[in-house]
Amino acid sequence: MALKGNLRDFNTTQLLNLINLARKTGALTIQSQGADAKVYFKEGKLVHATTSSQDGDLTRMLVQAGKLSEEQFKTIRARSGKISEKELALYLINAGLVTQSEVVQSVKDHVLNVVYRLFTWEDGVFYFEPNRLPPAGRITVPIDLENVIMEGSRRVKEWERLQEELPNLDMALKFTDRPSAKLRNVNLTVEEWRVISFINPRNTIRQIAQSNNMSEFQIRKIVYGMLQAGLVELVRPEGAEARPLVPPGRKKPIERPPAVKRSVINRLIDRIRKL
Amino acid sequence: MQTVKMVITGPFSSGKTQFIRTISEIDVVSTDRRITSESERVKEETTVAMDFGRITVDEDLVLYLFGTPGQKRFDFMWEILSEGMLGFIVLIDSARPETFREARRILEIFRGYAPTPYVVAANKQDLADAWEPEDLRIALKIDPRVKVVPCVARDRESVKSVLLELLFSILEEMDAEEQT
Ligand SMILES: Nc1nc2c(ncn2[C@@H]2O[C@H](COP(=O)(O)OP(=O)(O)O)[C@@H](O)[C@H]2O)c(=O)[nH]1
Ligand SMILES: [Mg+2]
Repeated sequence: MALKGNLRDFNTTQLLNLINLARKTGALTIQSQGADAKVYFKEGKLVHATTSSQDGDLTRMLVQAGKLSEEQFKTIRARSGKISEKELALYLINAGLVTQSEVVQSVKDHVLNVVYRLFTWEDGVFYFEPNRLPPAGRITVPIDLENVIMEGSRRVKEWERLQEELPNLDMALKFTDRPSAKLRNVNLTVEEWRVISFINPRNTIRQIAQSNNMSEFQIRKIVYGMLQAGLVELVRPEGAEARPLVPPGRKKPIERPPAVKRSVINRLIDRIRKL
Repeated sequence: MQTVKMVITGPFSSGKTQFIRTISEIDVVSTDRRITSESERVKEETTVAMDFGRITVDEDLVLYLFGTPGQKRFDFMWEILSEGMLGFIVLIDSARPETFREARRILEIFRGYAPTPYVVAANKQDLADAWEPEDLRIALKIDPRVKVVPCVARDRESVKSVLLELLFSILEEMDAEEQT
């Protein structure tokens, strides 16, 4: 009866396959290394997912997708205290801030992100509660499991490769120093730009990921791409007490970096004159 | 090692890419053209060209130049780029008055990000239709304390002079701060 066990013996791919084939309805909980995920299914389709670290706050998701600004986020947060996700979505759509398909896409992206991450969990207890539904008021989007399983398996392989290529997230990054570096047509995604803005020998890759709310998979993928493009290099982080990172997009007066002194400006002037 | 940065902004086609390419020691400059050969890259509509240049002063000091991306929907990245900048340069295509309003808008946005010094570069002064820098100042209602520097982004000496004017403005700003 009980669908219950450890991922070591029955992994995420196998679990999802079973749920798909048996057209199950209910909630799957997986607990691993302090992280906690709950995934909901309806007649064998994936409909909703949350983790302890990412509850899937709709406004937060829309900000990350670039659909809402940080300012709008704050205003909405302040006003929408107790209302449900569905009500919030209706409000945002009626206010013309987002479209229905943008909401659906954001929820879908979130759910998939949670589920794809589960494929990389090798150890963890799981149990399935039949007929348990997502909390009322949450937006659910039915997603076919076949594709999720295929993409998830593909990602596991990619994940393994990335982990080999970039094992240590406590390294820092700097822009490449090689004057011969020939880089042309560097086209960056929004996420890559966010990472770029934090590149500094004082910030570790892990800190950059945290400041940008990125998963380890996302940050590894981005940094790996930049390393491949020759844009950045790995360096040992400078100074133990790294400067606190400022989340991007936050409205605050930007100060001149305190370390910049008159002598620095004079050196720049001398250099440019000689160019 | 210390790294400092300046941001080069301005309307589309004002000469940002050219400006950075002329002075940068590395060829890290992109165009707005898309390259599809890089299959690993994400879908093209989600990517944006980046202008990025570098001037090495010595082992301990490097200056980075960042151009702002052209597409409007990437405007939010302006603020990310402006984080911690020494100052910024607003490039204007002096021969295209239809872009002046946009230039003004961009200038205002950047001023809002940071109280750092900036200069306006009246670019494409080699063109017959180019407006004079002082006429541009009036047309764009530029603060009399801000320099409007003539510029030809294809010319290295000209680009140098714009960068130097910005650095001088930064020094002047430091003087003013010390006196208060
Ligand atoms: N005549 C002339 N053309 C320029 C100058 N600066 C840039 N251009 C040209 O203006 C066009 C747009 O320049 P680009 O650097 O791509 O502008 P961006 O969109 O601001 O990056 C290109 O064809 C450049 O070659 C200049 O000083 N004089
Ligand atoms: Mg350009």
